[in-house]
Amino acid sequence: MASHSSMSSKPSMHHSSATKGFVETDNTEQPIGGRAPLVLNMHRFGEVTHQVCRVAESKPPLAWYVAFVICLGMLGFLGVCVNYLIFTGVGVWGLNNPVMWAYDITNFVFWVGIGHAGTLISAILFLFRQKWRTGINRFAEAMTIFAVICAGLFPGIHVGRVWLAYWLFPLPNSMEMWPQFRSPLLWDVFAVSTYFTVSLVFWYIGMVPDLATLRDRAKGKFQQFAYGLAAIGWRGSMRHWHRYEVAYLLLAALATPLVLSVHSVVSFDFAVSQVPGWHTTIFPPYFVAGAIFSGFAMVVSLAVPARELFGLKDLITLRHLDNMNKIILLTGCMVGYAYSMEFFIAWYSGAMYEKFAFVNRAFGQYWWAYWIMVSCNVITPQLFWFKKVRTSIPLMFILSIFVNVGMWFERFVIIVTSLANDFLPTSWDQFVPTWVDIGTMVGAFGLFGVLFLLFCRYLPMIAIAEVKAVMPEADPHPHAHGAHAHHGGSQEGHGVPSGAMPAFRDPRSSEGQP
Amino acid sequence: MSTLTAPKVDAPSMAPTSAPYGLMAEFRTPAEIMEAAQRVRAAGYRYWDCHVPFPVHGLDKAMGVQRTILPVLVFGAGATGAVVGFCLQAFTNAASFSVWALVWVTGYPFLISGKPLMSVPAWIPVIFELTILLSALSTAGLMLLMNNLPRLSHPLLANNRFRRATDDRFFVVIEARDPKFLRSKTEAFLKSLGASHVEVVEDR
Repeated sequence: MASHSSMSSKPSMHHSSATKGFVETDNTEQPIGGRAPLVLNMHRFGEVTHQVCRVAESKPPLAWYVAFVICLGMLGFLGVCVNYLIFTGVGVWGLNNPVMWAYDITNFVFWVGIGHAGTLISAILFLFRQKWRTGINRFAEAMTIFAVICAGLFPGIHVGRVWLAYWLFPLPNSMEMWPQFRSPLLWDVFAVSTYFTVSLVFWYIGMVPDLATLRDRAKGKFQQFAYGLAAIGWRGSMRHWHRYEVAYLLLAALATPLVLSVHSVVSFDFAVSQVPGWHTTIFPPYFVAGAIFSGFAMVVSLAVPARELFGLKDLITLRHLDNMNKIILLTGCMVGYAYSMEFFIAWYSGAMYEKFAFVNRAFGQYWWAYWIMVSCNVITPQLFWFKKVRTSIPLMFILSIFVNVGMWFERFVIIVTSLANDFLPTSWDQFVPTWVDIGTMVGAFGLFGVLFLLFCRYLPMIAIAEVKAVMPEADPHPHAHGAHAHHGGSQEGHGVPSGAMPAFRDPRSSEGQP
Repeated sequence: MSTLTAPKVDAPSMAPTSAPYGLMAEFRTPAEIMEAAQRVRAAGYRYWDCHVPFPVHGLDKAMGVQRTILPVLVFGAGATGAVVGFCLQAFTNAASFSVWALVWVTGYPFLISGKPLMSVPAWIPVIFELTILLSALSTAGLMLLMNNLPRLSHPLLANNRFRRATDDRFFVVIEARDPKFLRSKTEAFLKSLGASHVEVVEDR
């Protein structure tokens, strides 16, 4: 399928940006934003099955091995850092008296935030009937699971006595002690563990039909056994599908308020305290917008190389990426608004400490972190106003990395600047990370990478059944003039049967329609 | 177990040694299976099903599948979660009696900054999370339970041709236990629906 890729990428780009033209450019390999179909160059269900399954069935490309070895090395280093921490104590981090939270909680909030885009794509876009989600939802959900695993690591290891981490949960114990439920930190335990469980269930349930596809295609005995076990006997029965669809809708409806609640609760960790710079009511919506912003950037950062490496450009089209970039732009604007509103309220409140905290953020000892944050999170996404940028693969990849960096710094700025210079100037201090801090942060990316690469290698990266269901060929009632869709494979070259077109029209790209 | 591994060769429609599981008809497009489903239903069969690689829109209605009561059950589970969340917090943070929950446990009235023992507003997040948790787990669990899953062995899964049910083919299966099932008649009926292939599914 990658055979045409080299020949006509540049001219077709130009062609597409001139309003119409998705019909003519149907055969160009370079996918073009604003084109109506969500699946390119494929009209048979079997082609979609094959395209997705062969990733899990064939040997991965060399780049996969290279990336896997690098990530495995980083994961090993994470193991070193975590063990050193556990055997020595949290003193190996650069924490000091006012700055008792730094890289650990920064990384925690960062990774939880990354996860939110996956749930947004799988649940919220599902409720909004955004069919383009089908191309990206599976690996975005996988990203959620792995990001929450990375996130869960940090509060787990920063409690000090790691072997007592189960104290976070209300378990009967010989001291007859219970957790204190008025504390936002405990709400966090419930929110994040619920989020992880529900995301995992949602992901797995969504994957069962595709695991059955892999089972039915598997050649080796071991693959047949493993996929067979994972597919739990799914046979595609329509009576099953009926309950399955209701269950999926319910899970989406449950995950939607959940995802909003999780980052709200994470923000309560700060907002409920009385530290200037943390004690603000804007935090919950601001954190949620930031989470979706960073999560979508991560999806783009992962989708761009993944579709390149595994030949999934017909399923993760430029249109999908363009839509995601629009969401990055929207949420980036929200984040920018939140930054300015925080400043305004700090001044408007007349509270001395609050005012100081914000001026100190921008011009104090961590001014550089603040301005990295602003330039990455406020200025970078504004480039996505331009369609050229939104549909340029290299540019969107670079910008998404910028957003990831910016969002990491946002959490660092919020956490560290507020703590380092609090009420009493005599106790002010500066946080300087140690090698263990940095190693743990880098190692977490290794953990994420290893999990994600294994997922790409062994599981269906794209929701096969869902993609099939949004193909025009899936319509059981082809209209009169689209009736030739009856003959299965006879319509190659026709593009999309016109009768089924309306289902594929994205309201936001209607300017591209004839 | 046997169904997880590759079946040997599947015998085409003549293998009358044991009672078959049923008859299976293969179709190639969603439109074809839609029409077939309507006609199978109209013919009065009861133990039959369509097996499709993706949920064909409206096929469940055409088959006469009744709407599942799953949402009602999930509501119950969610309400249970809310009650559990409230009771858990009220007991562990505001009560001073003992209850038996696998072991004897005693509540602990937390008095902090003169706040009321029953700090219900502060309990909302945990109540909410437990509501969602129980609802989501029961949604998935009940859906599988009602679908008779997980199931590691099934006559259909032993059929080689049926493997394409998760790929690009659409199957109508009429079970032998259906009162209207008569092998020759049902086979002719399925062929009359325009099936590209009809075969017996052995019960193994």
